[in-house]
Amino acid sequence: MSVHFDQHLDELKQRLLTMASKAATAVDRALRALVEREDDLARQVIAADTELDDLEVAIDELGIQLLSQAPLAGDLRLITVAMKFGQNLERVGDEATTIARRAIELGQEPQLKPYVDIPRMARLALDMLHEALEAFIRHEPARALAVIPRDKEVDALNKQLHRELASYMIERPDTITRCLNLMVISKALERVADHAKNLAEEVVYLYEGRDVRHKLKPAPPPDLAEPAPPSGT
Amino acid sequence: MNRPPQPIARGPFGVGRFEPVSFFCTGLTGAATFLILALLAVILGNLFWHGGAGFSPRFIFGSAERDMFDPARAGVGPMVFGTAARVILMTLFVLPVGVATAIYLTEYARSGAPFTRVIRSAVNNLAGVPSIVFGLFGLGFFISAVGGSLDGLLSPDNPKPVWGKPALIWASLTLAVMTLPVVIVATEESLRAIPPGLREASLALGATKLQTILRVVLPQALPGILTGGILAVSRAAGEVAPILFTGAAYYMASLPRALTDQFMDLAYHVFVLSTQAPDIEKSRPILYGTVVVLLLLTFALNVVAILIRTRVRRRLRQLG
Amino acid sequence: MAVSSPNLKVRAEVPAGASVAEAPELITIERLSLWYGTAPALRDISFGIRERLVTAFIGPSGCGKSTLLRCLNRMNDLIDGVRLTGQVRIAGQDIYAPAVDVIELRRRVGMVFQRSNPFPKSIYDNIAYALRLQGIRRKAELDEIVEKSLRAAALWDEVKDRLHASALGLSGGQQQRLCIARAIAVQPDILLMDEPASALDPIATARIEDLILDLKRDFTIVIVTHNMQQAARISDYTAFFYLGELIEYDTTTRIFTNPARKQTEDYVTGRFG
Repeated sequence: MSVHFDQHLDELKQRLLTMASKAATAVDRALRALVEREDDLARQVIAADTELDDLEVAIDELGIQLLSQAPLAGDLRLITVAMKFGQNLERVGDEATTIARRAIELGQEPQLKPYVDIPRMARLALDMLHEALEAFIRHEPARALAVIPRDKEVDALNKQLHRELASYMIERPDTITRCLNLMVISKALERVADHAKNLAEEVVYLYEGRDVRHKLKPAPPPDLAEPAPPSGT
Repeated sequence: MNRPPQPIARGPFGVGRFEPVSFFCTGLTGAATFLILALLAVILGNLFWHGGAGFSPRFIFGSAERDMFDPARAGVGPMVFGTAARVILMTLFVLPVGVATAIYLTEYARSGAPFTRVIRSAVNNLAGVPSIVFGLFGLGFFISAVGGSLDGLLSPDNPKPVWGKPALIWASLTLAVMTLPVVIVATEESLRAIPPGLREASLALGATKLQTILRVVLPQALPGILTGGILAVSRAAGEVAPILFTGAAYYMASLPRALTDQFMDLAYHVFVLSTQAPDIEKSRPILYGTVVVLLLLTFALNVVAILIRTRVRRRLRQLG
Repeated sequence: MAVSSPNLKVRAEVPAGASVAEAPELITIERLSLWYGTAPALRDISFGIRERLVTAFIGPSGCGKSTLLRCLNRMNDLIDGVRLTGQVRIAGQDIYAPAVDVIELRRRVGMVFQRSNPFPKSIYDNIAYALRLQGIRRKAELDEIVEKSLRAAALWDEVKDRLHASALGLSGGQQQRLCIARAIAVQPDILLMDEPASALDPIATARIEDLILDLKRDFTIVIVTHNMQQAARISDYTAFFYLGELIEYDTTTRIFTNPARKQTEDYVTGRFG
């Protein structure tokens, strides 16, 4: 493949990095909007989501164009991974938007109690995201491999939080709206961690050529079913 | 695009220029061609002009008489027969040997090997030998050595030599040796012109080298081989020196009936007429007439060969 | 050798249940080295080619892939000054042993060349050529084999009405398919193809590639190609050569999605050669 092709590959990587940065920032700001009860910040996050959507489209377009040149081996893996990255990051952005919307709603009512678990989940998820991206930039698949099991931690936190909020709601029905919103936010953060895990799996595939998806997950524990997906608006 | 766009057309292209060198070369080569054609026309014209008188079927086919210098009674029939016979016999000898040699050189011989180089230089040298030397060669080798031995073997008690004397067969063989280089070179050229891919294809299918040569290469090379034959015929028809000692006769009462007989010959007759005629002025028409007949005979032989070659070419082009 | 991961099919069609790694080895090349005079062309090559699969040889110009291909039917014997060490065994038999009948070998190992080279004979006679060499003379039998071969080469419909016209009147792609028909008429076990489509336009190339995938059912095919995507499209195994050495030999999927050697990766992604 030519120099021009390599330039396009670099452009693809640049777009990915830009998108990753924006997605992480979106989650971070959405959390701040929640904790500091800053509606304006939340609205900015929602508005900025279109940038992420545009970037996903741009990455897919460039990817298809490059694929039409029938690249092979490392180039082929990079382009397919890039397109999946874009998809995952766009969804991270959507989760940030969800958090922001719920933050605005929560801002209308007094805070239930200080936020501890949710910021903790956020930090874990953001750290996973950061590590996956670092592994991508620095060609360190081992680092990405280390990210994958950490998703379980976030899952566990999410389940625990859901149980606590569920019992809270039953005892004090006047908090139902706030509890539901918090459950949604928790779920969104659990999904961010899932996406970070996906990214990590893609990075392993990119640099090692082996597919580690769905292989490291143990059998799901036979307790609570996953809560229903939140309504999007 | 980083550079500002350049204007494409810088103006009209203009009319063609006059190139003196080009024109001069065209003129020169055209003049040379014209010169050659003109020379040919002059020679042929001269011949036909002088030989036209006395030209008749009786002349061409009529038998010779002892008094061959009288235009009214001269005939060159036997000479026509003799020339045709020796040329055709020569072809029968030279084509197989020449083609076989060429096949060996092209298909079998290793290019750098000393033996190959010896053969090649032999062929080249043969091409440069003067015709009279071939005549002497024919006399010494074919007539004395080979013919003499045959006589010793087959008819030792016969005092009169049967094989060991000038004969049609020895003259033809001598001519064959002389025209060998022509046939070899022409055949080699046509063999080389065949792309090696064809030979590879045949061999890759499990054919032996011989099968490849006989079934693929030779059929393709046939037009080239025939060209070699045509060249050999054209050269040999007009040669006198090689047949001088080996078979041409001044006068024979009848046509040659066996290969061991001598023969009368058109080219030799021209030689005879111009050196032995008592009255050169009276005999001149016969001289020119004989030359014309020789040319016509050569022409006829060539036309036959060319027709054969054309048919072969057409068949090669159309089907297998 | 790595078995291809089921998620990373490079070709569309893999027979259900058949694993590419299970096919037995038909051609074994062991420590093969070759010199043109004093210049080495192949260095200590050892690997095996599996039965009824397509194996591709790839590598930059001058890497020895065509030379190696020609070792498999001893066409290199025709070149002066070629010297060989090592062994090439086909079905267990050393083909360079002194007692081997080279003619018979070439009947069992057919070859198709880069530039199509049909004989300047009719289409029919091109295919019948090798059959007649083997002594098949009855018209009915020849007719049958000619038709079968032309059908197998996907050429029958195009030429059935002009079997006795000159082969040289066919288009480039048709001529190459004729050469393939000619090669398979004698039912070889192995078919060697030296860049068979490199002189053809994309549509003709695609037809030849389809043909090769069909022929794989009956023949073991070895193809030399400089077109990586072509090798990825049609081959099961790929061998990458460089400067006379075998650099990497593995399933096509592995070579083209995740090669083990950096040299292979660089070549396959076009970053050298």
